[in-house]
Amino acid sequence: MAQATRRKPVAKAAGATVSARIAAQSHFQTLRLGTPFQPRIDALAKTQDWYNWAGYRAPHSLWDEELEYFAIRSQAALFDISPMTKYRIEGPDAEALLNRVTLRDVTKLRPSRVHYTAWCDDKGFVLDDGTLFRLSQTRFRLCSQERHLPWLLDSAVGFDVKVEEETEAVAGLALQGPTSFAVLRDAGFAGIERLRIFDLADFPHGGGTVSISRTGFTGDLGYELFVPADKALSLWDRLMTSGELRGIRAIGYTALNRARLEAGLMVANADFTTAEHAIRADRLRMPDEIGLGFMIDLEKGHFNGRRAILEARAKRKLRHVLVGLEIDGNVPAEHAIVYHKKAQEVGLVSAAMWSPMAKRNIAIASLARPYGDTMVEDLWVEIYAMRELQYQKLMKRAKVVARPFINLDRRTANPPADF
Amino acid sequence: MKAWDAIIIGGGHNGLVNACYLQRAGLDVLVVEKNDWVGGAATSRELTPGFLYSNCSYVCSLFRPEIMRDLELPRFGLQVISYEGGAVFTRDGDYLANYRDHDAHRREFARFSKRDAEAYDRYARDVTRQCRFIQPLLMRTAPDPTSLRPRDLGELLYLGKKFAGLSAEEMALTLRFWTMSISEFLDEYFETDVIKANFALSGIIGTALGPMSPGTAYVLLHHYMGEVDGSVGAWGYARGGMGAVTKALAASFKASGGTIRTGAEVDHVLIQRGKAKGVVLVGGEEIYGRLVVSNADVKRTFLKLVEEKELPDIFLRRVRNFKIRGSSGKVNIALNSLPEFPALPKDSPVYRGDMHFTDSMERMERAYDDWKAGRWSADPFLDMVIPTTLDPTMAPPGKHFMSCFVQYAPPKIGGREWTDADRDGFAESVIAQIAEYSPGFRDRIVHMEVRTPREIEAEVGLTEGNIFQGELTFDQLLFNRPVPGYAQYRSPVGGLYMCGSSTHPGGGVMGAPGRNAAAEILRDLAKSTSHMSPAHDVI
Amino acid sequence: MTSFETIVIGGGHNGLVAAATLAKAGRKVLVLEAGGEIGGAARTEEFAPGFRASSVAHLLNRLHPDVVKTLELERHGLQFARADFVPSVALSKDSPPLVLHGAYGEVLTGASSSEQSAWKDLRAQLLRYAGILKPFLSRRPPDLAGMSLLETASLGQTALALKKLGKEDMRDFLRVLLMNVADLLDEQLEDDRLKGLLAFDATLGSHLGPRSPTSLLGLYYRLAGETGGTAGAQVLPQGGMGAVVAAIRASAEKAGVEIRTSAPVAKIIVEKSRAVGVALDNGEVLRANTIVSAINPATTFLDLVGPREIDTGFMRKVKNIRMKGDAAKLNLALDRPPQFTGVDAASHKGRLVIAPSPDHVERAFNPCKYGELSPEPVMEVTLPSLADPSLAPAGACVLSAVVQYAPYALKEGWDAGKPKFLRAIMEQLEAYTPGIGKSVVRAELLTPADIETRYRMPGGHWHHGELQADQMLVSRPVSGWSGYDTPVEGLFLAGAGSHPGGGVSGAPGLNAARRIIAMKG
Repeated sequence: MAQATRRKPVAKAAGATVSARIAAQSHFQTLRLGTPFQPRIDALAKTQDWYNWAGYRAPHSLWDEELEYFAIRSQAALFDISPMTKYRIEGPDAEALLNRVTLRDVTKLRPSRVHYTAWCDDKGFVLDDGTLFRLSQTRFRLCSQERHLPWLLDSAVGFDVKVEEETEAVAGLALQGPTSFAVLRDAGFAGIERLRIFDLADFPHGGGTVSISRTGFTGDLGYELFVPADKALSLWDRLMTSGELRGIRAIGYTALNRARLEAGLMVANADFTTAEHAIRADRLRMPDEIGLGFMIDLEKGHFNGRRAILEARAKRKLRHVLVGLEIDGNVPAEHAIVYHKKAQEVGLVSAAMWSPMAKRNIAIASLARPYGDTMVEDLWVEIYAMRELQYQKLMKRAKVVARPFINLDRRTANPPADF
Repeated sequence: MKAWDAIIIGGGHNGLVNACYLQRAGLDVLVVEKNDWVGGAATSRELTPGFLYSNCSYVCSLFRPEIMRDLELPRFGLQVISYEGGAVFTRDGDYLANYRDHDAHRREFARFSKRDAEAYDRYARDVTRQCRFIQPLLMRTAPDPTSLRPRDLGELLYLGKKFAGLSAEEMALTLRFWTMSISEFLDEYFETDVIKANFALSGIIGTALGPMSPGTAYVLLHHYMGEVDGSVGAWGYARGGMGAVTKALAASFKASGGTIRTGAEVDHVLIQRGKAKGVVLVGGEEIYGRLVVSNADVKRTFLKLVEEKELPDIFLRRVRNFKIRGSSGKVNIALNSLPEFPALPKDSPVYRGDMHFTDSMERMERAYDDWKAGRWSADPFLDMVIPTTLDPTMAPPGKHFMSCFVQYAPPKIGGREWTDADRDGFAESVIAQIAEYSPGFRDRIVHMEVRTPREIEAEVGLTEGNIFQGELTFDQLLFNRPVPGYAQYRSPVGGLYMCGSSTHPGGGVMGAPGRNAAAEILRDLAKSTSHMSPAHDVI
Repeated sequence: MTSFETIVIGGGHNGLVAAATLAKAGRKVLVLEAGGEIGGAARTEEFAPGFRASSVAHLLNRLHPDVVKTLELERHGLQFARADFVPSVALSKDSPPLVLHGAYGEVLTGASSSEQSAWKDLRAQLLRYAGILKPFLSRRPPDLAGMSLLETASLGQTALALKKLGKEDMRDFLRVLLMNVADLLDEQLEDDRLKGLLAFDATLGSHLGPRSPTSLLGLYYRLAGETGGTAGAQVLPQGGMGAVVAAIRASAEKAGVEIRTSAPVAKIIVEKSRAVGVALDNGEVLRANTIVSAINPATTFLDLVGPREIDTGFMRKVKNIRMKGDAAKLNLALDRPPQFTGVDAASHKGRLVIAPSPDHVERAFNPCKYGELSPEPVMEVTLPSLADPSLAPAGACVLSAVVQYAPYALKEGWDAGKPKFLRAIMEQLEAYTPGIGKSVVRAELLTPADIETRYRMPGGHWHHGELQADQMLVSRPVSGWSGYDTPVEGLFLAGAGSHPGGGVSGAPGLNAARRIIAMKG
């Protein structure tokens, strides 16, 4: 008999992991998850203007994007950052691992401090930027735009360290604006006044702790708060209650995006393409090509991409540069092409706005070197402004300027001002 | 006696595509088809009242949009609807689904492995990069690397430049794709067996290779480089079954003045003084044509339809050495109601996509071991779809048509021909597998059509029932397809051309071979190809 | 702390070749060998009182002529004449054996006349095609990132060699390059014994069956090798493989190489991204300008360098090198020479292959994909003591065999699997040489797990990494770093894990040394 009889595939015994896995099947019925703060945000969402942030239903705006922006600059704005990707990195070798993975010297990052950093692949191309929170000598939290678990786990081979993704488990809030300090103090976070910029501390909340850092994405006085998901709503309520007299308002992303641009901050996959998502090889960027060269610490020992970065610097292989532009007129130059002498295409604007704080027309653009680097004269942007179904084409002079576009003393003032 | 400008042997999709382009160039074209219907392996047939069967080819993705557009196929009724999901059922009562929504897809993978969930983007990036490298080659004639003609050198240069345009990392990846097994390739991205099985199936469909065979990573690309309306890699159903593709082609052909004769089986190609002069039908009727194009596979064309003495030895040897290996079968089922899969929530989009039961690489590979031993797989791999969940035209309301593509089914059983008892045993292996995941399945069956390689070869004329008209291994791709020296749709016989899936770029309902062959023929005739729109840009 | 110009880690044959070549170029070289004896897997060892056998490799068929020349091995006692070439014998249960005489079957006996002429054509074709690939053995793979003029020129030479084949031959070459060996054999041959032998040779030492696409490359790899100036020839060196290593050692020492055995390296010391020395297990630190690692690439980077000095992507590639061996080594001490049925005395001194057909080899391969043993293993057997009585007590005999498929990661574990596999092997042997079981004084079976432990070869893989298309040339040991240099400045690879791969060829060691000399590294 040539034909084998059917081998019935043996079923594995259904254990606890299997039942947990089966219980999670129903996620497909909710394509956009709510964050732990969703009940409160839903209640305030008058515009019902949502977008998809990494699989979460996040607000573009809640009531009025202009006014939401002014809440950041004049009072205190509460923004839900829970969808941000978060990794917990813990163990005796956590510092060594992160030193090898990221560009900056992590040994200089003291416990209870935060720094803005980035990390690269072997070729020195930026995988992402993000913030690194040193929660203790051996415990870190890495927050980023994209997801990096395989990269972090593969990097961790040979290190005594545990890497865990904790995006869903940890809820996050950004409280930003001139009255944010007062809101927190009034909410009873004793000692909050001692937090200097990039400091981090734990505070009691609802029988647990909330970790608060003096950080943010607005260039303003502000804080970021992380709590276990089950303490999210009580934290929200606590802040809203104490902030009532300080003009606290919940806001959506559009307002935040304006504030970050004024602060000269980049967004991965908006202002540059991250290496694991770049399908076209010429979209890859080295730190020096997106203004992150300052992070590179060649003295700290080996880190991912070091060799390639050194080589690119030595052989002058850096091909791009990310710059701040100040543009004539007041029409935002979003996605405008940048020209040299109005003729030669030399780059592209990735973000632009009229800055209410600076009263200037500002933009972030990526230019092909030497433009923006050694050749900064005679640059122009071609703005296509759609007005009543017609493009008004404007050719406007652009000047390379330093970022941030605004410098607010209150961001770093100690003690923080009480408004 | 009338002499046609061109006679196309076989009214499969490539034959019809070729016929359409030639007719639209002003030629007077006749298609001769042995069956009483056209379509070859892309047909819809009412095999039981009220049910339309896509009884061979069953899903659509690879068909080139340039062809749909040139030949005005939408005007003649072609419409393609994307899948909504897909899944691999696991033996522990769960399943792994594929969802169209990127984040749902990630969360679904995370049920099995958080790491794999986050590894998907890099995998997708790498596959996309390679598809973008290969896609532009589909609609070009492969260069002859031994030739010094300017055109071949130019095409070689084009290939060289495309390759040189890649970064070193991408080049290394290209080499891996051409040489690795899909199993080993996936090992570099994923850790979970069922997730690997979920992707690996694209590396084996239609081939006589297992997922652990080197070269299957390329086969995966072959299945990924299609699209549904610009969505690269997406698969969908042709509304009205796969016959809708060839029905539209036939209508387009006729509308432009072409002639089709069905029930006309070619006995041999008429050759005089080394030049094709027409065809002789079974029964003796002679039809004259200035050129003849064969949609049949290369073995059938040159070992059955052309006399040995007309062909050079080296060509014959290479044709005989061409590997066309029957490896799959079909079980097509009419159902009186939608089958239930207790593992699957009732509102799952998976019902409207492709379903599979092979949840490990080992099971997939063992199914192949059976094929090597000359047996149908005891625990077969199934690619199962229920097109009626999205296409109401194929069955009465509430009733369903189900198509099961089955691997592996060898061309011969232990060295002998298939028997009816074998066929029934083969069908039972499939039904038993489905019934295990869908209690009461047997009771829903109204009618069933079982097609082993024997039936596919007999009806469609595909040698060994191989759906790609030849294996997609490196020795049979590009300038090696179908045979070295004749990879440009021409043959040693003057005026005799090939346009089937045996030629570059290979099988699947893609239409590219038919179109590329037409371009070569028109070049030989010094006719305009202005009615062929340029290949879509890959930007 | 002592300083050297160059330290070579690993006293296997590649390490010694690299050391000797560097020393001949005027460098002060120290070789550090972890074991008590040099030679790695190419030694001659006593496995039973009075019985000695080559450790893993037991046949010499690819020692690279440039190695012989550079190291002047002939002056150090390594000389082979045509008379030393041993035949390959394809055994069969139900018919007399078929014998490939001379250099890989210059003369074929035991086959029909039509098969003989088919073989003549195929052999010539295989050698022609292997000849196209041969120049690649002794040079660095091209650098994809930026081809130098020299590299482009050498690729141009290959193109020229291809063109010289003639149009049709070139077409066939391009067609069959990545084919599976079984299909090619079926296209051209009839005799299962001959096809079985070739299928075995193509897949020996790799995780492939004859039906696996690309398996033909294994045959090219074998035939690109030569012995005594003749492609495809094989010899059983007098004194076993240890004698070959002894000659290499003599050459190295004459050139001034210092060799330290029992000196396992614990760590390669990297300072400011540059390799500056090694630390031994005993804590001793030795510094050098250049470190050459002639051991496994994964061991080199995962264990000796460690992840802290290496980029994650590179580590990922190194971890992805597939190196799980499927070949076991059997040494039998026999109280008398075995008699293989139907095999004449001369053929007993050759290589006896049990691989009755490609299908049989394929069936033997199937289970190893799932971590299971071949129930009917295939093997090549040699009886080295017949030609070299020094290897066994008077009247007794040594049987040395390489057996497939014995998956490194055996599901049931090797404790349970080893006796089972030995039984399966003995059953096969018994069928071809009845009564052999009773003549066994001692049997030593080295599974891949044993080979790993004994010879420090991860996965027990003799090539230090699967020698398949995707791990060859520019992809060996990993893409981007195929040219013997590494991301760590001053650290080079010189073992079989590098291009062109394993077997006792010395080519990786030689190429690496040439690279170091060229770089003035």
